[in-house]
Amino acid sequence: MKKLLFLCSFSLFTLLSYSQLPNINLKDVNGNTKNLSKFSNNGKPIIISFWATWCKPCKAELNTIAEEYDDWIDETGVKLVAISIDDARSSTRVEPYINAQGWEYMVLLDPNGDYKRAMNVNNVPHTFLVNGSGKIVWDHNNYSPGDEEELYEELLKISK
Amino acid sequence: MKNKLFISFFLIIFFSGDILSQDNDLGIISGNVQAIGQYYQEDTLINAALPDQLYGFNGFANINYQKGDFRAGIRYESYLNTLEGYPSTFKGTGIGYRYASWTGEGVGVTVGNFYDQFGSGMIFRAYEERQLGIDNAIDGIRLTYEPKNGIYLKGMIGKQRYRFEDKLVNGTGLIRAVDGELNLNELLDSNNSWKLKTVFGGSFVSKFNTDNTTPLFNLPKNVGATCLRLNLRYQKIRFSGEYVRKINDPYPDINERFNYIYKNGEGLLLNLGYSTKGFAIDLSAKHMDNMLWRSTNVNVGPTDLLIGYLPALTKQHTYNLAATLYPYATNFYGEIAYQLDLLYKIPKKTTIGGRYGTSIAINFATAYVPERNFINDMESSRKSYTNSFFARSDSILLQDFNIEIKRKINKKVKLNLNYFNFIFNDDAVKVAGYYKMIYAQIAVLDLTYKINRYHSLRFETQAMWTNQDKGDWLFGQIEYTFSPHWYIAILDQYNSGNNDINKRVHYGLISAGYINGSHRFSFQYGKQRAGVFCVGGVCRAVPASNGLTFSFTSSF
Repeated sequence: MKKLLFLCSFSLFTLLSYSQLPNINLKDVNGNTKNLSKFSNNGKPIIISFWATWCKPCKAELNTIAEEYDDWIDETGVKLVAISIDDARSSTRVEPYINAQGWEYMVLLDPNGDYKRAMNVNNVPHTFLVNGSGKIVWDHNNYSPGDEEELYEELLKISK
Repeated sequence: MKNKLFISFFLIIFFSGDILSQDNDLGIISGNVQAIGQYYQEDTLINAALPDQLYGFNGFANINYQKGDFRAGIRYESYLNTLEGYPSTFKGTGIGYRYASWTGEGVGVTVGNFYDQFGSGMIFRAYEERQLGIDNAIDGIRLTYEPKNGIYLKGMIGKQRYRFEDKLVNGTGLIRAVDGELNLNELLDSNNSWKLKTVFGGSFVSKFNTDNTTPLFNLPKNVGATCLRLNLRYQKIRFSGEYVRKINDPYPDINERFNYIYKNGEGLLLNLGYSTKGFAIDLSAKHMDNMLWRSTNVNVGPTDLLIGYLPALTKQHTYNLAATLYPYATNFYGEIAYQLDLLYKIPKKTTIGGRYGTSIAINFATAYVPERNFINDMESSRKSYTNSFFARSDSILLQDFNIEIKRKINKKVKLNLNYFNFIFNDDAVKVAGYYKMIYAQIAVLDLTYKINRYHSLRFETQAMWTNQDKGDWLFGQIEYTFSPHWYIAILDQYNSGNNDINKRVHYGLISAGYINGSHRFSFQYGKQRAGVFCVGGVCRAVPASNGLTFSFTSSF
């Protein structure tokens, strides 16, 4: 009986600590499979940003953050995951673009929009802030210059 | 009946809401909404018609439930009445999509509607592009299985979404598809020490349909297609190749030389690239022949019931004149196409690069009609013609050369300059309604001025020069954004070079929006010219309109 109770409370615990991120396999530009529901940044926050090579505001947002990314990592230990929704027409453009820009983000490919759908994204750019236990604490659709300040403030809040 | 079951399932979930908060162990409910409403005004000058219903409305909402590895959801859709220019096959209000899925221990199951893609999608792509009215979701069952790290298997069977008439209406054809992928490095090199990365894949897709009962020809009821793909990478060099082949699959066609032909279809897509910090070069080549691939063999709309997706080897442009006047989509009969991309970032703190560096992107794309030797066998085997790999004729379909220079001048000013040079064969592509060759050049200047931390102004001017079609165009836009909530923009397009002086019209538009987190509300008022609206290489013609548009998107 005790054993059963233990098992029950254990399974309840695992359910409670379960990540909110959908259990869907994505590929990185090397063709390796990644699953963000099983990904952990050692209890530090993660930023998930949906973008595409044909989306100007998306690139503006990620290029702006790139200028400050090193500072953000030092201050908060954050990791940014940029999920490209480029389909077969433009997905070969993703890697050249990120290399030419010198982005140091983890870049994943979502060529058929499966992850986008699971995260209820209507259009890009859409950026999510996920706390150390896998819970989405903030999100923002669209990008205008200055939006990165709000993201940074939210990031500092959960990193205290 | 199936719909009713799903509805009751969701009602149970909803009305147990008092014990269901956003994220306790009972699961998570999430979703999104998109709604667009238009009020039309007649405008004979720009050929904007006034529909009887005066208003148009497209809306849908996804509602998903997730608990652990279990997910289920619906999409409720409303087209009341369908927006002008949107496919008329979408009408009424009801549930257009419902699914349930679960995963565990390398196994995944989906029942109901789902989207999926094998490789680049040439052999199989079920996808949605809601803004364009494309949705060919499969309605059936899918299994995925990963027996070992690095081995991915998929199998599915189902029917395709065809129309929406107060409910989901599937096509009659059946699709059966399997796919396997082998990642050698994940399988054999767990330390990740190999320099060469190798991924193989292969698929088989077959369709069954008996729709076409034309008495003249004996049509195959089952048609199969096979596809092989390979991705290699050695440090900074990357190669990918994909080959698809389809057996005889005759479709009706207005061109007698392509009408009910029994020739096999073939496609080959090659890509070679090198990229390093600050520099990238990428080369693509495509041979495509007779690869129209639908789950029905009767005449349907151009984007209906497609099983495969044929990617266009061109850059998707975003500046208005370059994107909406002469956009290119892959020719269904076949084409030979090449594309070269060069990206270079002139380092910062150099004389030419400036304080922040300068990015240059050069893109060159061409597509030609393949060389076909017509063999006069329409009374016997009906293969119509022979051809060989990458043999092209002199007949050009498209040439697109464009260059983009992006530079941050100082802390406040960002400058973006673009030049485009198009040769566009509208006789074959038929999107402009001009049906002859079009030669056009476009220049764009885009300047962003950051007033302070949260306020910025953006100016955009574009000019197009051409002696064909509707002649020259001018475009100007001013946009003011107040982060993170507000934007307002005013723009004008002017057909300055139209041969008919009465058609030198201004298309003025004002647009404003409010954004709060994941909620976005916007409106626009003014004239919109007829054009072609494209997402992901698929395009839809949009008629001219004059009036007021509201749109709302949100996710929770």
